[in-house]
Amino acid sequence: MNRYPLWKNILVVVTLLLGLIYTLPNFFGEMPAVQISSARATVKVDASTLQKVEEVLSQNKISSSGTTLDSSSIKVRFADTDTQLKAKDLLQNSLGNSYVVALNLISSSPTWLSRLGALPMYLGLDLRGGVHFLLEVDMKAALVKTMERYTGDIRTALREKKIAYAGITRQPDQTIVVKFRDAETRGQAVNELLKTMQDLVLKETEESGEFKIIASMNPMAQKRTQEFALQQNITTLRNRVNELGVAEPIIQQQGVDRIVVQLPGVQDTAKAKEILGRTATLEIRMVDEEHDINAALQGQIPFGTELYTERKGMPLLVKKQVILTGEYISDSAPGFDQRTSEPVVHISLDGRGARIFRDATRENVGKRMAILLIEKGQAEVITAPVIREEIGGGRVQISGSMTTQEANDVSLLLRAGALAAPMEIIEERTVGPSMGAENIAKGFNSNIYGFIAIVLFMVMYYRFFGLISTIALSANVLFLVALLSLLQATLTLPGMAAIALTVGMAIDSNVLINERIREELRNGTSPQAAIFAGYERAFDTILDSNITTFIAGVALFWLGSGPVRGFAVVLCLGILTSIFSAVVVSRSLVNLTYGNKARLENVSI
Amino acid sequence: MLEFFNIKRDIPFMSYARVTTLISLVTFILAVAALGFKGLNLGVDFTGGTVMEITYPHPAEVPKIRDTLTKIGLHDAAVQTFGTSHDILIRLPVKPEISSAKLSEQVFQALSAADASAKLQRVEFVGPQVGKELYENGALAMLVVSFGIMAYLAMRFEWRFAVAAIIANMHDIVIILGCFAFFQWEFSLTVLAGVLAILGYSVNESVVVFDRIRENFRKMRKASVPEVIDNAITRTMSRTIITHSMTQLMVLAMLFLGGEALHYFALALTIGIVFGIYSSVLVASPIVLWLGVSREQFIKPEKKEGEEAEVLP
Repeated sequence: MNRYPLWKNILVVVTLLLGLIYTLPNFFGEMPAVQISSARATVKVDASTLQKVEEVLSQNKISSSGTTLDSSSIKVRFADTDTQLKAKDLLQNSLGNSYVVALNLISSSPTWLSRLGALPMYLGLDLRGGVHFLLEVDMKAALVKTMERYTGDIRTALREKKIAYAGITRQPDQTIVVKFRDAETRGQAVNELLKTMQDLVLKETEESGEFKIIASMNPMAQKRTQEFALQQNITTLRNRVNELGVAEPIIQQQGVDRIVVQLPGVQDTAKAKEILGRTATLEIRMVDEEHDINAALQGQIPFGTELYTERKGMPLLVKKQVILTGEYISDSAPGFDQRTSEPVVHISLDGRGARIFRDATRENVGKRMAILLIEKGQAEVITAPVIREEIGGGRVQISGSMTTQEANDVSLLLRAGALAAPMEIIEERTVGPSMGAENIAKGFNSNIYGFIAIVLFMVMYYRFFGLISTIALSANVLFLVALLSLLQATLTLPGMAAIALTVGMAIDSNVLINERIREELRNGTSPQAAIFAGYERAFDTILDSNITTFIAGVALFWLGSGPVRGFAVVLCLGILTSIFSAVVVSRSLVNLTYGNKARLENVSI
Repeated sequence: MLEFFNIKRDIPFMSYARVTTLISLVTFILAVAALGFKGLNLGVDFTGGTVMEITYPHPAEVPKIRDTLTKIGLHDAAVQTFGTSHDILIRLPVKPEISSAKLSEQVFQALSAADASAKLQRVEFVGPQVGKELYENGALAMLVVSFGIMAYLAMRFEWRFAVAAIIANMHDIVIILGCFAFFQWEFSLTVLAGVLAILGYSVNESVVVFDRIRENFRKMRKASVPEVIDNAITRTMSRTIITHSMTQLMVLAMLFLGGEALHYFALALTIGIVFGIYSSVLVASPIVLWLGVSREQFIKPEKKEGEEAEVLP
């Protein structure tokens, strides 16, 4: 009765082999590498890039320990970190800004393993060091910005159709109020606006002789605006992170208004924070020259304008209506003016931006336009030049008493893109790299010593069956590590604690079985029958007791965050592997040992 | 054969039920009192705020560090050594007027200006909003786990078992929380994970005993209900003690070798394991008895299974 059908034995052997293969990469350690990936959507990393990389390295007599090209990046391995650092600088210089050249560590396991998809476990930030940010997007600001744009659009539309309005204002509750003298003009206006602005909901009201339209965004448009703001911010963050040169950054949406940024292995966290936290955006607006600047300086700021001071110290009034924002900038670079050799920033606009800019410059020849840099909620007029002629082609040069460093910074900021709405860091977890290594050692030590203690006891107490339990327990750890490697689930320090805990709990199944067999023997059952009954009867109990822990694991995964999630994943997987190893693997070993003996007198338990 | 628990006669646990329940009740009330009067010392995960860990190549001078922080206007910073004398931990409450990200930067700049050898090991900042969410999610997880387990046990056994198991479990959880409140140990997200794991794990204990009770109802036709329960507890006792000792070995390894980060996690598990043994045997079983469990609840619907059990050799 204690014999397994062949397929079951084969199943055990196959799973053990698979477990071994997928656990293997974890033993090979890592070697320094340089990872090259594209910094822009238009630039692809392909075989020709690989060739270029190899050329650069061979020209400079830097020997690599192998290069690999995958779907999105090239990885070049090096024997030591000195060569790695040298190669990184060299490659960054020769490949230019279109590529991100980052330091990385990659598994030094043989290629046949990588080809099978066998990779080492993916370590969380608390084990490898790095930074984790949770950013919250200010959605209200995104809506304000959109309504601001609509205010301008309504004004332009009414002017174009020569519909006279008495006033137009944006209210704090995200509505726009347009006033008219009579109901007829209002009717015309409503018809006109309904044609062009489908996203607005228009409500007509009358109040003390004033005819008003109250315009607000419909819920769909609001939702779209917010989604767009989030996506735009994610893109911007990605660009900024590219500037940092991080090998495997994670930038993801979380919930409706949050973004997670994880930068493994970043050493200079202050710099990372600074670059991520920058909220600079560029706005091009017209200077208001119709109103008196002196009156404005005394506090009478005309409606629809704002008072700024130019870099050179001259006050000026700038219209609130935005002509162009940083969203339309496709590239920017620092440089020098050809005539004055003053530091300047060259900006390239995308097609739409170029068109808007051309139209605006054509219509406003002879007037002044202001270029504002808005950083951390503070707007600053960088320069306010006079438009001499229509500027087509989308190439703009910004000059305005900048130092070379400032020109560099501004251009970097603009190139990294603008944020659609400001963001705030609401959670931060930074772990230094040495601490990561320490955490690995601690987690590993607790596992190994706990395991040894359990093995000693089990073998002493249950003798042969203790040995079987030990093998089953080792198989459990093997399966668990293999699964974690295969799924590339993030392993955190609490995750390592969960490995220890599942090992401590997995032994329960073996103890249940062993105790049951002993009890059956004590009741005078024959050894073969005792083994059979022990396994059969203990199974229900094993299942019941594991399912309850599984429920806890699932709830933790669902409601937990970050490291706790890592704990939950390991706990759940560990329960699954422990049932298999304690019941199937150990049984097959027992069957192979005792199953063939027809007259079994004694079992070692 | 090495055997620690070869008990020939069943121990009459149920006749001590009154005493054990009284003991549980007293510990429970003490734990609740600790929670009520002292409250949990919630970590930065739940309250929001900033924690920084800084290491020096030489023993850190805490008063000097405090001075430096006071100079930059942080009077409410808590500075303490952590693990070794070289490592210090700084806790800063949430400051609405300074951007959180800036705060840790300012602190580190000031500290490196005072002593260039300072090395930043870890920064954790949790905004008040996130802290509140983590707290709420934690409480929700606790509820979900309790109801999930109860539903499973009610389905698999009987509602009386489910109620008894969950009461026994809540008793453990409250005692763990009570200990954390009494000693003012820091209650972090990791500790919460440990507590929830215990919630799942400690039920195992009750499940094993309940499984035996169910089996005994079918086998011991003439025995009274308390006798059935006594037998079930006595027969599973060896397994209970060995299993828990094994788990505890692992937890002890974490407690001593896992470093500061796992220390309180392991501590929570230790309390949970010790009380788990006690409560599943001496809290859950009497409750089952008092809720009026009887043989008929098991024999009738599962007659077929019962017969099979008899046939087995």
